[in-house]
Amino acid sequence: MANAIEDDPRIIEFDVRTDEMLVNMGPQHPSTHGVLRLVLRTDGEIVSEVEPHIGYLHRCAEKIGENLTHRQWIPYTDRMDYLAAMNMNLGWSLAVEKLMKYEVSEKARHLRVLIAELGRIASHLVGMGAYGLDLGTFSPFLYAFREREKILDLFEEACGARLTYSYITIGGLTADLPPGWLQRCEAFLDQFEPIIQEYHTLLTTNAIFVKRTAGVGVLSRDMAIEYGCSGPVLRGSGVDQDLRRDGEAIYTAMYDGYAFEVAVQKDGHYPRDHEYPAVPAGTVLGDCWHRFFVRMLEVVQSMDLVRQSIDRYSACKGTIGEPLKLAEKMPAGDAYLETECPKGQMGFYLVSDGSAKPWRVRARSSSFSNLAVTPELCRGCLIADVPAVVGSLDIVMGEIDR
Amino acid sequence: MVDFLTSTIGLSGWLAWTLAATVSAVLILNVIAGGALVFIWAERKVSARIQDRLGPTRTGGRFGWLQSLADGIKLLAKEDLMPEGADGMLFRLAPYVSFCASFCAFIALPFAFDVVGQRLNVAVFFVVAVLGLEVFGVILAGYASASKWSLFGAMREAAQVVSYEVPLGMCVVVPVMLAGSMDMVTIAEKQAGWFWNWYVFHDPFTFVIFWVYVTCAVASVNRAPFDLAEAESELVAGFHTEYSGLRWSYFFMAEYGSMFLVSAMAAVLFLGGWNGPIPVATLLGFSEGTGDTAPYLIRLLGLANLVGKASLGVIIMMWIRWTLPRLRIDQVMTTCLKYCTPIAAVMFAGAMLWQIGLPGGLIPGAGRPGGEIREGWLEGPGGRAAAPPAADESRDVARVAP
Amino acid sequence: MRGPAFLQQLQEAVPDAVVGDNLTALDPWIEIAAGKVAEVCRWLAKSSPVRFDSLQCITAVDWLEVDPKKAAKASWEPHTELVYHLWSTPAKASLVLKCKLPRWKNDVPGDLPEVPSVTGVWRGADWHEREVYDLSGVWFTGHPDLRRILCPEDWEGYPLRKDYEQPLDYHGIRGR
Repeated sequence: MANAIEDDPRIIEFDVRTDEMLVNMGPQHPSTHGVLRLVLRTDGEIVSEVEPHIGYLHRCAEKIGENLTHRQWIPYTDRMDYLAAMNMNLGWSLAVEKLMKYEVSEKARHLRVLIAELGRIASHLVGMGAYGLDLGTFSPFLYAFREREKILDLFEEACGARLTYSYITIGGLTADLPPGWLQRCEAFLDQFEPIIQEYHTLLTTNAIFVKRTAGVGVLSRDMAIEYGCSGPVLRGSGVDQDLRRDGEAIYTAMYDGYAFEVAVQKDGHYPRDHEYPAVPAGTVLGDCWHRFFVRMLEVVQSMDLVRQSIDRYSACKGTIGEPLKLAEKMPAGDAYLETECPKGQMGFYLVSDGSAKPWRVRARSSSFSNLAVTPELCRGCLIADVPAVVGSLDIVMGEIDR
Repeated sequence: MVDFLTSTIGLSGWLAWTLAATVSAVLILNVIAGGALVFIWAERKVSARIQDRLGPTRTGGRFGWLQSLADGIKLLAKEDLMPEGADGMLFRLAPYVSFCASFCAFIALPFAFDVVGQRLNVAVFFVVAVLGLEVFGVILAGYASASKWSLFGAMREAAQVVSYEVPLGMCVVVPVMLAGSMDMVTIAEKQAGWFWNWYVFHDPFTFVIFWVYVTCAVASVNRAPFDLAEAESELVAGFHTEYSGLRWSYFFMAEYGSMFLVSAMAAVLFLGGWNGPIPVATLLGFSEGTGDTAPYLIRLLGLANLVGKASLGVIIMMWIRWTLPRLRIDQVMTTCLKYCTPIAAVMFAGAMLWQIGLPGGLIPGAGRPGGEIREGWLEGPGGRAAAPPAADESRDVARVAP
Repeated sequence: MRGPAFLQQLQEAVPDAVVGDNLTALDPWIEIAAGKVAEVCRWLAKSSPVRFDSLQCITAVDWLEVDPKKAAKASWEPHTELVYHLWSTPAKASLVLKCKLPRWKNDVPGDLPEVPSVTGVWRGADWHEREVYDLSGVWFTGHPDLRRILCPEDWEGYPLRKDYEQPLDYHGIRGR
């Protein structure tokens, strides 16, 4: 009997046993977008479990905020999503203005739209370029940075900084635009518009790119909502939500009179306001490709908004007004406001006890919620898909760890 | 050379052979090392131009032409690190195994008519077999590094290279079949004349199989989009993650050596070898017999032809690398097993049937009859063919001449 | 749906849950008894006429005046307040839930106040609750994996509490 078992060829299966392997992806890894650490449990190339570990960039900005006045905290918001610092400034400024029931001048409002949308283009360019890098192609990254550089030049002219601007501030903006800036901005847009087609050729419609992203990391509509995902991640799953249209009155009022179509797939097709490449076969709504594509559409959408805001801004007479004083007292109470940042819905919660320093500030980070969904998306995928999924969420660790 | 040493200088046989072998080996070694330097510089420049950058501009005065040398010196000066848990001997051995495989394959590669380290009658077989050994170096490196990323890279390399040898072998067999010889000199010589004599234009099947060969060759030397073994966005740096300094540069030299080798193989097997698209020598009336310098001029021209073709191949590989995203491991295997192998098999059968059915080409008499040598100088008075057929089996070039 | 009518429905669905409200504030809020948080959230997410299907944020506000002079003038007793910001994707509406907790359970320093976890309602609550636990020291009962998320696992104290003192030394790294 014993011999029969030894001769049984199936026994070999028990002799050749494979072990699971724990692999640390990060915090020093080329494609984890900063100091993110992912612990992968792998069986060969197949990932059975992913556990993100965050906090390597934690600075407790919320605690710092309790010891500064509202305007002094603006530079700390810069350092949250440092790729879209303008939008961070805007979110915090609007939250404070909401509590103080302050309304900025018409000219400042249009300038804010102009700056915020340019910031969105810059952020999406990084997201798109870095995503190419995650999939192993280097050139689109540099093409994206070449254009982003021009936006940064414009920002530098306007406020003197290239990354952490502190430009949009409570009660308006720190300064008006220098002369000739609008012409240079328009020149940039005219030059940038045809280049988008390059990105589509290199990435969006590239056969290998589609193969790597189509059907990978599919985030269902319900799961996206349940996890509190937002921004392109949510819209990539087919949820029609954009706070610029659906948000609170104080935020949507900023976009009053602006025409734009939310970049989301509705009734099986994306907006048709411009020429976009067709959705390739094999993609599933909610996969990496769709998240990427939504970002590409938003670049075009933001360009439209920038053009509109240039017209409106130049039609406004007068000045943009003065920002609030550094230590202007806030009324007691609390206010929460979410804005549509490039990475998703960034919320700021502010509790005031009546002084100029907030009693408590809270930053609700979009990347934080977007990253939380990674374990669900990466279950059962290949190692090569992990950067593809994480890259498609377009996270910024500065914002997650705060 | 041996003849020269024994008869003119009067050295004893074994000494003459050793000296001759040493000279060939040193020459080839320098070709690889020098070639690698040139190609690394070229890669920097090509990638820079593709990406809208300048690349190195200052080292060496202009165009940064000394950049690779400067890199080399930097690598020499770098600290030689070895991970604590590494298997010391294998870790040190691995880069040399890789490099030796690449180097040995060059021995049988002809650069022009009879300009070859060692003319073998099984040269094609030898090159493919020895090039396959390179994978051992990579596996050793991955195994000995005591790093999970290296191990992943090594396993990927093993799976990929071993799979791609199958279609690669089938592609290589087709020119062998057409020429009736495994001797690379013979194969190239049979494609002499105008460019339509090249095997890539021999019949539709060889045209297709040439592209299959290109795909497999790129995959077998681990270049993008098949560079999974070192996929920097997934595996940090794959099998050479733990290497630094000179050892690392040996891997690099082996990679560039192999790139040149497979390109030269493509040139010899499909693109006429050292025969240019236009038979300049024949048109000018040069032949082996015209004067003393003609044979040297012809060989020099041939050398330029082959190196030019092979370099073009390398530059095309660079172009591909800086354009396309990387495939995933399962897609790489699918490309090999589901596409390349069946296509190569069918094309092989097709080329065989074509040889049986239409040995003279589609229009009888228009193409070149099988087995005929067109380049006049081979058969000219005083030429090699006029000499009594050599005892060497591989000299069937001479035998097929009328 | 108007605020008061909605509040009425909530009170009927989960009796004894609502302990206060302010529907005229900047962000109208409803105050919930600490023990009923999960129940209320389940109703809001699954059966309420306006489905609040997404949890945007959980905030813990530490109401403690460290300065004894100011503390004497404060109009409130020291406590911790949890604030839940909910969002309804179909209705594009937001809702704020508040919930008062003692700063320490049974006023024993070191014992964390407890509140039922809402991870069973929204899976996205997982990380938010871990963050609140990490920085403000609130224990969420029923959370599958409640451990520190932003601070190191062996960190001591809860940085966002008002009486938090930064350690002078962490594994040999000077703190101040």
